[in-house]
Formats: sequence, structure tokens, C-alpha cells
Amino acid sequence: MKILVSLAAVGLLFLVGLLGGLGRAGEVVFGVLIPYPALVVFLGGLIYRVLSWAKAPVPFRITTTCGQEKSLPWIKQAKIDNPSGLPGVVIRMALEVLVFRSLLRNTKAKLYPAENRLAYGTSLGLWAAAMAFHWSMLVILIRHLRLALSPVPAVVTFVEKADGLLETGVPVFFVTTILFLAALVFLLGRRLLDPQVRYISLVDDYFPLLLLLGIGLSGFWLRHFAKADVVGIKELVVGLASFHPVLPAAIHPLFFGHLFLVSMLLIYFPFGKLVHMPGVFLSPTRNLANNNRRVRHVNPWDYPVKTHPYPEYEDEWREKMKAAGLPVEKA
Amino acid sequence: MAKPDEVGYYRQEELLKADHQPPKTGWMETPVDFRPGSYIYPGKAKNLKILGLPNPHEWAVTDADWKLPEDWQRIVLEGMAERLKKYRSFKLFMDTCVRCGACADKCHFFIGGGDPKNMPVLRAELLRSIYRKDFTTLGKVLGKLNGARELTADVIKEWFYYFYQCTECRRCSVFCPFGIDTAEVTMIGRELLGLLGLYINWAIEPVANCYRFGNHLAIPPHGMVDTLEFMVDDIEEATGIRVEVPLNKKGAEILFVPPSGDYVAAPGIYTCMGYLLMFHELGLDYTFSTYASEGGNFGLFTSHEMIKRLNAKIYAEAKRLGVKWILGGECGHMWRVLHQYMNTVNGPADFLEVPKSPITGTVFENARSAKVIHIMEFFADLIRHGKLKLDPSRNDHIRVTFHDSCNPARAMGILEEPRYVIKSVCNNFFEMPENTIREQTFCCGGGAGLGTDENMEMRLRGGLPRGNAVRYVQQRHGVNQLAAMCAIDRATLVTVCDYWAPGVKVTGITELVANATIFKGEKKRTLNLRLEPIPGVHQDEDGKGGQP
Ligand code: SF4
Ligand code: SF4
Repeated sequence: MKILVSLAAVGLLFLVGLLGGLGRAGEVVFGVLIPYPALVVFLGGLIYRVLSWAKAPVPFRITTTCGQEKSLPWIKQAKIDNPSGLPGVVIRMALEVLVFRSLLRNTKAKLYPAENRLAYGTSLGLWAAAMAFHWSMLVILIRHLRLALSPVPAVVTFVEKADGLLETGVPVFFVTTILFLAALVFLLGRRLLDPQVRYISLVDDYFPLLLLLGIGLSGFWLRHFAKADVVGIKELVVGLASFHPVLPAAIHPLFFGHLFLVSMLLIYFPFGKLVHMPGVFLSPTRNLANNNRRVRHVNPWDYPVKTHPYPEYEDEWREKMKAAGLPVEKA
Repeated sequence: MAKPDEVGYYRQEELLKADHQPPKTGWMETPVDFRPGSYIYPGKAKNLKILGLPNPHEWAVTDADWKLPEDWQRIVLEGMAERLKKYRSFKLFMDTCVRCGACADKCHFFIGGGDPKNMPVLRAELLRSIYRKDFTTLGKVLGKLNGARELTADVIKEWFYYFYQCTECRRCSVFCPFGIDTAEVTMIGRELLGLLGLYINWAIEPVANCYRFGNHLAIPPHGMVDTLEFMVDDIEEATGIRVEVPLNKKGAEILFVPPSGDYVAAPGIYTCMGYLLMFHELGLDYTFSTYASEGGNFGLFTSHEMIKRLNAKIYAEAKRLGVKWILGGECGHMWRVLHQYMNTVNGPADFLEVPKSPITGTVFENARSAKVIHIMEFFADLIRHGKLKLDPSRNDHIRVTFHDSCNPARAMGILEEPRYVIKSVCNNFFEMPENTIREQTFCCGGGAGLGTDENMEMRLRGGLPRGNAVRYVQQRHGVNQLAAMCAIDRATLVTVCDYWAPGVKVTGITELVANATIFKGEKKRTLNLRLEPIPGVHQDEDGKGGQP
């Protein structure tokens, strides 16, 4: 049900864009009028979300420690997994963001009732797919800069060269395109086939996956089958990027389907799960040093609480304390 | 016939059949099955009153009507709104989960029970679904399709059941790519329930006791004198040494704070006897306190405010007695509080000095601000400097493994010190499998206030992963003791080991240390601190004893 709704939504959006691309008026709408607000929603929404997190204070330093603490000088500290200062935290966060270190720990637990045995196997599928997906997405984004920038920066050309290393097909197939699509299919398949993951999945999980898949497939089609006119597309995108939109004639309608899905992704991004991207940087279990006893952490909203002070305690027990030979404050 | 609160009620084959396939019905449509043995009795009104908590009332989990206050929905939603503003962790953990499922089979309750709502991600979704409905646009628009739902009385019941089926062990947070700590969500969830007067008695009664008596077990000051004196006699019987018990001693150098479980129940008491012996041997200028007689803090299992209310006594007492620094005993959640919270909630402790071992002169820089060190840090330093006369062969009949307690492992990272100490006092040490120790350690199944007999089914299920790892080293290496530096472990793991790995006994580390230490003026040691004959020691007539 949830996947069907998501699929229908993505399909519908694509069709809308595609049909829009058939007429001149539609091209204006989908090529110019929608991308701008989409970008505004994306940036504004993201800033709003990040600020909403940043505004909430971190009252306690609740690092999740994944290795030996810094204690006695002769005991080897796990400087990254249990950082005691900024350098360790920076490396820990970098590994988390760049290579998804926590996912790298993933295991699968399996219970064998007959043998009364619980076994743990490594389970790196999710990690591999997540890495493939996120990194190829980054490369694809960089590659797309060719369309927006004139002259094309050297980095972009370099990335393209490296990415097209296989040199098969005309135009060249990019490794990342394949990786990107394969990873999405894997993630979607996992979500559907793993009974536990399926059980917890929501529209917010299927929709972005399918949307990205739609974007990837339409892009792939545009490049390899429709062989769309890149010069025209570049004119349009450069125009958009420089705030002087122009609408060259004869851009393939499929392009508008592709662009509309991208616009939808931008609009959706700040509202759903995709905000995990900026969110990971703020996670207090990961981005704080475990130095609680060395450096005091201050809670900005700390307030006095009712306690049971010693004088009240002694008042209650004084006679008994005296009889038991315990020292008291008031004789 | 055994009852649901007795171990004998549960057949291993049955528990091992835990089905990990989710049910046909979606989780929002699957009602809670309140079966005896899987939930904990409500907090009694009298305890709530002692603490001045809202809506104290008598109710039963199986009642249809939990007698919530009139405007309970408003209370919960406002409580959520307030906490979303006060805790970045909470707000972020509500927003950033991608439901990747990496945490799913990391929770001992899910592994041993198979209930999908014990997957950390779904436990958090129980609360997140309400958050979506009332605080997010997508949730408002898409409703159930996007995992949003109305806050009903049944939701409250579900929260109660599952937030008290989480031991706040943080194992899930190790594996989550965003560091989402379901323990944090559980803590907030319990706070929200608390606003309606819903607590479990197994947590709120110790809290009420701790507030009034200074310890969870309601030991009054004169009771503590008796308890410790009793140990002094046993110590003398085992070693021939009569130790002193400094209590509420002004001007002592060190305030020693153990968990109160060590005062009264075996095997914790043997560790407490170990403390007394070791401090005597070292000639430590220290004191126990009857007022700050407990470092454990069930406030951690109740609310952030309660952490502060209960823990205030420790610095206050250190100040009143004029000590220089604080030494903490072997406890798990107590160390989460002492390490991660105390300095923030009760500090700054600028009236104390940076802890410095009077024996080795080592300055504990890592505790420079909080001024409290762990007894294993203290012992490891002593052993490293050769300040203890040890005969590990006295523990040769013991084949020991070490259980990392959740909080010291994942909220502090004290992993090597206990191992170093154990290896110095025992010749036969064996690690459990890699996936079950250190930061990946499994909970005993009874932490965070869940270690009560009425919760026996969940304790045994939650204890399965740990028990299974113990069984593994028992079969492979003949392990017969499990050391743990946590008072809750010393209570709950006894049950877990008896059930899943019978024959393995539970011990504190200081007990092992004291049993291996050659004390000045000791008599021939034929009995260990449990007053059991030490196997392999000649019971010969010349009175000298010795190893075979
Ligand atoms: S591992 Fe983290 S992101 Fe993944 S489902 Fe669990 S809590 Fe959510
Ligand atoms: S904190 Fe521990 S008990 Fe709670 S959900 Fe996570 S793994 Fe389970």
C-alpha cells in the first residue's frame, strides 16, 4: 500500500512533467517557473530544519563511547571511537559522514534454537549500498555542474573522465550512473524483502527512493536513448543559474519530466527523512568528546530542584545515629 | 506449578523459539499483549507522594482505565513540545531516523523475544508517530501512511509497556549511522508517562527510598552500621584481619560511594567486603557516608530532574565532610550518572581537589573537573605501580570471564582497567565472543529498573544474548565465574546465568582482588570471602597453608 501510493505519486509527477514539456507554455512552467521556487523551498526548508535543531540546546554530554576512554597514561585510548577532544571528534565525525563507520559495524544476529546458539554474521550489504548510493550521487551532482557552468571547471572534467573510465558506449556510460541505480534497486529491494525493514517502512521511505530512481532512470534515458540535445539543455540551465532564464527551442520533453522530478525532490527534501543529511552532523552521541569528568559541561536551562538536604536527614535520624555511635552535626 | 514470576515457569525450548517474523497486522493495529511475566507493576501512590510527583493514584496494568488526569492529552503534548525545545537529542532523534533497520537486531529484547516493537527503531516510532501527527507537516498531511497517529489511551499503554521493556543500554546507538540513541527516547518517553503519574514501582520505590534514606534499599543510618559491622566479622573469619569501618568521618581524604546493592545481597556483599579489606590494607584515609550511601541512581530511569534530585547528596556530602575527592564503587548506571551527568547537574565541585592516589601519587587528570574516579581506575594504577601484594594462584580454581556493563562501556568507555585488574588477580581469564563485549556488550536484561521478578519472562528473554555468550565460554573454556562491575548485574545475571549457563557464578571484581591479595597480618587463608574453602589450599596442621 505504502509503496503503491509512492509509486503512483512518482509516476504521476513524472507524467505531469513530461506532458508539460510538450508545449511551449508547459516548458516555461516546468523549465523556469517551478525550478526557482523549488530551490527556494529546498534551501529555506533546510535552513529552517537545521536551525530548529541548532536552537535546541544540548543539556548533557551524552557521547556514545565505542572504545577505551582516556584515563591513565599507560592505557591505550581509542582516540577516534572514544574521543577526548576536538581532533578525535573531527575524525570520528569525518569517518561517520564519509564512510558511514557505524554501519560498517553492522552484524546480523541469528538464533539457532535447536543448538541453543546465537550467532552473529557480518552484514555489509546495507553499508555497501549506502556508500555506493551516496558517493555516486555526489559524483553525479558534480558531473551535472557541466550543465550549469561555463566554462566547465577542471574538476568537473576530471571527475567525468574518471567516471567514464570504462569507455563503453556512445555517449560513454558512467560508472556512477550504474552504481547509483543498482544501489537504489538494492535499497528498495531490501526494504521490500527484509520482513523487519518492510514492517517499519513508510511512504517517507518509499517515495524518496522511487523519486530518486525516477530521476536516475529518466536521466539515463535522456543521455543514452533519447540522446537529448545537450547544447539546448545547457543553455537553459546556465540561464537558470545566472538568473537570466532563456528557453531554447526543441528540448526533449523527457528532460522536463526529469527536471520536474528533481524539482519535486528539492521541495520534498526538507520535509521528510532526507534531512538526515544535515542531521548527522548534529548528533550529540557522536559529535561530543567524552571528557565529562575533565571538562564541565554546562546545561543552559539548568534549574534548582527539590532535594533532601543533610540537615533534614539528620533531623529525622539524629537519635538513632547517636545511639549507633555516628557523629552528628547538632548534638 | 511455577508462576510467571518464577524462572521455572519458562521452558528454554519455548523461549528459544522466539519468532522474528513480524505479525500480519501492521504495528499500529497490533495491540499490546499484557501477559504476566512481561510487565512491571505500577508505582504506588505513596512513593509518588514522597517525591511530590503529579497524579499519584493506585491502578493496575491490567485495568481498562488507568485513571489518567482529566486533560492528559494536553499534558503529554505540552510535555513533548517542551522537551523538543530543551533536548537537541530528542528533536534530532525524532527527525533523522531513516528506518534503515541497522539497529533492529541489536536489542537484546528483540533478539530474545522477537516482538517487533522491541526493535529500537520501532520503540522510538511509538513516540515518533505522535510527534509526526502533532509536530510535522508530512505527518499531518499523510497521516497513517507516513506513520502518524492520534494520541489515545492505548498509545499510553503501549508506551508504558515498551518504554519499560528498554533497559536504556544504548547498544542500538553504537550501530545507528546517525547515533540515534533509543535510550534517550525511552528516557523522554518515561518522563512523559511520569507527567501522568505512571511509573513502575520497581523504579519509583527505590527512588523514593533514595530520596529519604540516601540509598535505594531504605537502609537507615544505624542500619548501615549494623550491615557493615556484620561484614567485618565475616572478613575476620576469612582473613583474621579486623578492619575498621569509617562512617561519616569528617576530614577524611576520600569519600567512598558504592551502590547500595553491595550492602545487603550476595554476591555484592563479597565485593563490599573486598572494598573494606583493600582500603584497610592500603591504609586509606576514607569514609563511607550514611547520607550519601548510594551512588546508584534510579532517578536515571525516571526523569532527568530526578537524576539531579537524588545525586545532589554526593557533592553535598563531600563538602560537608570536607573530603578532597570521591571514589566510586563497582556500579553500572551509577557510573553513567557520575561520569555523564553529575558534573553538569550538581557541579561545579570546585571545593574538591583533583583526585590523587595517596599511595602512588598518580593524579587522575581525566577526572580533573568532576573529582570522582572509578575504583577500577584506582586499582589499575595501584597494581601497575606494584602496590598490591597479589597471589593470583589463589583464584586458580576460578575460570573467569568479564561482562562489560552497558553504562561503563557505552557511556564512559572503561574497558581496559577492569580487564587489567582481573588479569592481574586471576590466571584464567577468557573473553566472550567479540560481538558481545566492550562497546558491543549485551545488557543483563534487567537494567533501567526492569530487574524484578514480575518481569521474569522479559528478563530471561533479554538475558538470552548475554547468557548464550556465557554458555559459549563455559563450554569452550570451562568458565565458571562471570565478573561484572555493576550492582544490577550482580543481582540479575545470577538469574540469567543460572538459567542460560547453569554452573557459572557471578562475582564483583573487587571480590576477586581481595581474594588474591596477600594482606599484612593475615592468617592462613583457607576460606574465600564467601567463607567457602578455597579449593587446592592445603588444610594442613602446621597452620601455614599454601598452594599444592
Ligand atoms: S539504525 Fe538509526 S536510522 Fe537506522 S532505523 Fe535504527 S534508529 Fe533509525
Ligand atoms: S537502549 Fe538497549 S534496550 Fe533500549 S532499545 Fe536500545 S538496545 Fe534495546
